[in-house]
Amino acid sequence: MNLQKLQLNETQAREIRAHGVETYPHECCGALLGAEGAAGREVRGLHRLVNRRTDSPRNRFSVTAEDTRDAENAAQKAGLEVVGWYHSHPDHPALPSEYDREHAWPWYSYVIVSIISGEPQAMASWRLTDDRMRFEPERIVTSDSAARVTPAAP
Amino acid sequence: MAVKVLIPTPLRPFVGKRNSVELKAGTVGEALGSLTKEFADLRKHLYTDDGRIRSFVNVYLNDEDIRYLDKENTPIKDGDTISIVPSIAGGAGN
Repeated sequence: MNLQKLQLNETQAREIRAHGVETYPHECCGALLGAEGAAGREVRGLHRLVNRRTDSPRNRFSVTAEDTRDAENAAQKAGLEVVGWYHSHPDHPALPSEYDREHAWPWYSYVIVSIISGEPQAMASWRLTDDRMRFEPERIVTSDSAARVTPAAP
Repeated sequence: MAVKVLIPTPLRPFVGKRNSVELKAGTVGEALGSLTKEFADLRKHLYTDDGRIRSFVNVYLNDEDIRYLDKENTPIKDGDTISIVPSIAGGAGN
Protein backbone atom coordinates (compact mmCIF):
# COMPACT_ATOMS: atom_id res chain seq x y z
CA MET A 1 0.00 0.00 0.00
CA ASN A 2 1.27 3.47 -0.91
CA LEU A 3 0.72 5.33 2.36
CA GLN A 4 0.09 9.05 2.57
CA LYS A 5 2.66 10.90 4.70
CA LEU A 6 2.19 13.32 7.55
CA GLN A 7 5.24 15.23 8.71
CA LEU A 8 5.03 15.95 12.41
CA ASN A 9 8.04 17.14 14.36
CA GLU A 10 9.09 15.72 17.73
CA THR A 11 7.94 18.83 19.61
CA GLN A 12 4.47 18.58 18.10
CA ALA A 13 4.25 14.86 18.81
CA ARG A 14 5.33 15.52 22.40
CA GLU A 15 2.74 18.30 22.75
CA ILE A 16 -0.09 16.06 21.48
CA ARG A 17 0.93 13.34 23.95
CA ALA A 18 1.17 15.90 26.76
CA HIS A 19 -2.30 17.23 25.92
CA GLY A 20 -3.69 13.70 26.12
CA VAL A 21 -2.02 13.13 29.49
CA GLU A 22 -3.26 16.50 30.78
CA THR A 23 -6.92 15.77 30.01
CA TYR A 24 -6.81 12.05 30.94
CA PRO A 25 -9.14 10.28 31.65
CA HIS A 26 -11.00 12.59 29.27
CA GLU A 27 -10.29 12.93 25.58
CA CYS A 28 -8.27 15.88 24.33
CA CYS A 29 -8.60 17.40 20.88
CA GLY A 30 -6.96 19.97 18.68
CA ALA A 31 -6.35 21.08 15.13
CA LEU A 32 -3.32 20.39 12.96
CA LEU A 33 -2.24 23.52 11.09
CA GLY A 34 -0.07 22.90 8.09
CA ALA A 35 0.47 22.82 4.38
CA GLU A 36 0.93 20.41 1.54
CA GLY A 37 4.55 20.13 0.44
CA ALA A 38 6.52 18.14 -2.09
CA ALA A 39 7.34 15.57 0.59
CA GLY A 40 3.75 15.26 1.77
CA ARG A 41 1.58 17.04 4.26
CA GLU A 42 3.54 18.99 6.86
CA VAL A 43 2.17 20.06 10.24
CA ARG A 44 3.60 23.45 11.18
CA GLY A 45 1.52 24.27 14.22
CA LEU A 46 -1.05 22.93 16.67
CA HIS A 47 -4.18 24.64 17.85
CA ARG A 48 -5.53 23.24 21.11
CA LEU A 49 -9.28 22.90 21.39
CA VAL A 50 -11.58 22.25 24.33
CA ASN A 51 -13.52 19.00 24.31
CA ARG A 52 -17.12 20.22 24.37
CA ARG A 53 -18.59 16.81 25.20
CA THR A 54 -19.38 17.16 28.89
CA ASP A 55 -21.77 14.19 28.93
CA SER A 56 -19.23 11.54 27.92
CA PRO A 57 -15.75 13.09 27.74
CA ARG A 58 -13.95 9.82 28.57
CA ASN A 59 -14.81 8.27 25.22
CA ARG A 60 -16.11 11.14 23.08
CA PHE A 61 -14.93 14.51 21.91
CA SER A 62 -16.55 17.21 19.88
CA VAL A 63 -15.83 20.78 19.00
CA THR A 64 -18.26 23.43 17.87
CA ALA A 65 -18.44 25.01 14.45
CA GLU A 66 -17.09 28.17 16.11
CA ASP A 67 -14.09 26.16 17.33
CA THR A 68 -13.53 24.98 13.77
CA ARG A 69 -13.70 28.56 12.55
CA ASP A 70 -11.27 29.67 15.27
CA ALA A 71 -8.84 26.97 14.17
CA GLU A 72 -9.28 27.99 10.53
CA ASN A 73 -8.66 31.63 11.43
CA ALA A 74 -5.53 30.70 13.39
CA ALA A 75 -4.30 28.74 10.39
CA GLN A 76 -5.09 31.53 7.97
CA LYS A 77 -3.22 34.09 10.10
CA ALA A 78 -0.16 31.87 9.92
CA GLY A 79 -0.54 31.37 6.15
CA LEU A 80 -1.54 27.77 6.75
CA GLU A 81 -4.72 25.71 6.68
CA VAL A 82 -6.33 23.17 8.96
CA VAL A 83 -4.99 19.91 7.51
CA GLY A 84 -6.40 17.66 10.21
CA TRP A 85 -7.31 17.04 13.80
CA TYR A 86 -5.88 15.17 16.75
CA HIS A 87 -7.55 13.56 19.72
CA SER A 88 -6.74 11.06 22.44
CA HIS A 89 -8.22 7.66 23.18
CA PRO A 90 -7.98 7.19 26.96
CA ASP A 91 -7.40 3.50 27.76
CA HIS A 92 -8.05 2.54 24.15
CA PRO A 93 -5.68 1.90 21.24
CA ALA A 94 -4.87 4.55 18.63
CA LEU A 95 -7.32 3.03 16.20
CA PRO A 96 -10.25 4.96 14.74
CA SER A 97 -13.63 3.86 15.97
CA GLU A 98 -16.88 3.52 14.08
CA TYR A 99 -17.93 6.74 15.78
CA ASP A 100 -14.78 8.42 14.42
CA ARG A 101 -15.67 7.20 10.92
CA GLU A 102 -19.22 8.50 11.09
CA HIS A 103 -18.00 11.96 12.09
CA ALA A 104 -15.14 12.39 9.67
CA TRP A 105 -14.47 13.81 6.24
CA PRO A 106 -11.89 12.59 3.75
CA TRP A 107 -8.72 14.62 3.13
CA TYR A 108 -8.22 15.58 6.77
CA SER A 109 -5.48 13.79 8.75
CA TYR A 110 -6.82 12.32 11.99
CA VAL A 111 -4.07 11.80 14.55
CA ILE A 112 -5.02 9.62 17.51
CA VAL A 113 -2.84 9.14 20.59
CA SER A 114 -3.53 6.28 22.95
CA ILE A 115 -3.27 7.15 26.65
CA ILE A 116 -3.23 4.07 28.87
CA SER A 117 -3.53 4.57 32.63
CA GLY A 118 -2.45 8.17 32.15
CA GLU A 119 0.67 7.32 30.13
CA PRO A 120 1.03 8.12 26.42
CA GLN A 121 1.42 5.11 24.17
CA ALA A 122 1.10 4.70 20.42
CA MET A 123 0.22 7.58 18.13
CA ALA A 124 -1.15 7.00 14.63
CA SER A 125 -2.64 9.04 11.83
CA TRP A 126 -5.53 8.08 9.60
CA ARG A 127 -7.42 9.36 6.58
CA LEU A 128 -10.98 8.50 5.69
CA THR A 129 -11.40 7.00 2.22
CA ASP A 130 -13.49 8.95 -0.31
CA ASP A 131 -16.28 6.35 -0.13
CA ARG A 132 -16.43 6.78 3.71
CA MET A 133 -16.05 3.01 4.13
CA ARG A 134 -12.86 2.96 6.19
CA PHE A 135 -9.84 4.82 7.49
CA GLU A 136 -6.47 4.15 5.92
CA PRO A 137 -3.29 4.58 7.95
CA GLU A 138 -1.07 7.54 7.20
CA ARG A 139 2.64 7.33 7.89
CA ILE A 140 3.83 9.84 10.50
CA VAL A 141 7.26 11.14 9.58
CA THR A 142 8.96 12.96 12.42
CA SER A 143 11.51 15.77 12.20
CA ASP A 144 13.07 18.07 14.76
CA SER A 145 12.03 21.62 13.95
CA ALA A 146 10.17 23.65 16.58
CA ALA A 147 6.37 23.67 16.85
CA ARG A 148 4.01 26.54 17.37
CA VAL A 149 1.25 25.87 19.84
CA THR A 150 -1.69 28.22 20.24
CA PRO A 151 -3.81 28.08 23.39
CA ALA A 152 -7.34 26.70 23.45
CA ALA A 153 -10.24 29.07 23.48
CA PRO A 154 -11.71 29.56 26.97
CA MET B 1 -32.33 33.26 -6.42
CA ALA B 2 -28.59 33.14 -7.11
CA VAL B 3 -26.57 31.82 -4.19
CA LYS B 4 -22.90 31.03 -3.70
CA VAL B 5 -21.96 27.90 -1.72
CA LEU B 6 -18.48 28.05 -0.20
CA ILE B 7 -16.85 24.63 -0.31
CA PRO B 8 -14.52 23.67 2.57
CA THR B 9 -11.09 22.39 1.53
CA PRO B 10 -11.73 18.68 2.33
CA LEU B 11 -14.77 18.63 0.03
CA ARG B 12 -13.25 20.47 -2.92
CA PRO B 13 -12.06 17.28 -4.62
CA PHE B 14 -15.74 16.34 -4.98
CA VAL B 15 -16.70 19.57 -6.80
CA GLY B 16 -13.91 19.75 -9.36
CA LYS B 17 -11.50 21.42 -6.90
CA ARG B 18 -13.57 24.60 -6.80
CA ASN B 19 -13.63 26.92 -3.78
CA SER B 20 -17.28 27.78 -4.37
CA VAL B 21 -20.22 26.84 -6.53
CA GLU B 22 -22.87 29.27 -7.70
CA LEU B 23 -26.38 28.04 -8.31
CA LYS B 24 -30.01 29.07 -8.23
CA ALA B 25 -32.39 27.95 -5.50
CA GLY B 26 -35.28 29.16 -3.37
CA THR B 27 -34.19 27.66 -0.05
CA VAL B 28 -31.02 26.40 1.59
CA GLY B 29 -32.30 22.84 1.24
CA GLU B 30 -32.87 23.32 -2.48
CA ALA B 31 -29.40 24.79 -2.87
CA LEU B 32 -27.75 21.83 -1.14
CA GLY B 33 -30.00 19.48 -3.10
CA SER B 34 -28.93 21.03 -6.41
CA LEU B 35 -25.29 21.02 -5.31
CA THR B 36 -25.30 17.34 -4.40
CA LYS B 37 -27.28 16.44 -7.51
CA GLU B 38 -24.68 18.11 -9.70
CA PHE B 39 -21.81 16.65 -7.65
CA ALA B 40 -23.20 13.31 -6.57
CA ASP B 41 -20.01 12.13 -4.83
CA LEU B 42 -20.34 15.03 -2.41
CA ARG B 43 -23.71 13.91 -1.08
CA LYS B 44 -22.55 11.19 1.32
CA HIS B 45 -20.25 13.63 3.10
CA LEU B 46 -23.11 16.03 3.84
CA TYR B 47 -26.08 13.70 4.25
CA THR B 48 -26.75 10.44 6.04
CA ASP B 49 -28.18 7.50 4.09
CA ASP B 50 -31.67 8.50 5.21
CA GLY B 51 -31.28 11.99 3.80
CA ARG B 52 -30.59 14.05 6.92
CA ILE B 53 -27.74 16.53 7.12
CA ARG B 54 -24.99 14.80 9.11
CA SER B 55 -24.93 15.84 12.76
CA PHE B 56 -21.40 17.27 12.54
CA VAL B 57 -22.12 19.28 9.39
CA ASN B 58 -23.19 22.85 10.10
CA VAL B 59 -24.73 25.01 7.42
CA TYR B 60 -24.65 28.79 7.60
CA LEU B 61 -26.54 31.32 5.52
CA ASN B 62 -24.54 34.56 5.62
CA ASP B 63 -23.01 33.64 9.01
CA GLU B 64 -26.33 32.53 10.55
CA ASP B 65 -26.59 28.86 11.51
CA ILE B 66 -29.68 27.59 9.66
CA ARG B 67 -30.65 25.59 12.79
CA TYR B 68 -31.61 28.96 14.28
CA LEU B 69 -33.40 30.09 11.14
CA ASP B 70 -35.86 27.85 9.32
CA LYS B 71 -33.39 24.98 8.90
CA GLU B 72 -33.34 23.63 5.33
CA ASN B 73 -36.50 25.61 4.53
CA THR B 74 -34.65 28.87 5.15
CA PRO B 75 -35.36 31.11 2.14
CA ILE B 76 -32.53 32.53 0.07
CA LYS B 77 -32.15 36.04 -1.27
CA ASP B 78 -30.16 36.96 -4.36
CA GLY B 79 -26.48 37.21 -3.51
CA ASP B 80 -26.63 35.12 -0.33
CA THR B 81 -23.71 32.89 0.66
CA ILE B 82 -23.95 29.42 2.17
CA SER B 83 -21.02 28.05 4.20
CA ILE B 84 -20.50 24.47 5.30
CA VAL B 85 -18.51 24.06 8.52
CA PRO B 86 -17.71 20.74 10.25
CA SER B 87 -17.91 20.46 14.04
CA ILE B 88 -15.39 17.69 14.38
CA ALA B 89 -16.23 14.82 16.69
CA GLY B 90 -14.99 11.35 17.48
CA GLY B 91 -13.93 9.08 20.27
CA ALA B 92 -12.89 5.67 21.42
CA GLY B 93 -15.22 2.69 21.15
CA ASN B 94 -18.61 2.64 19.48
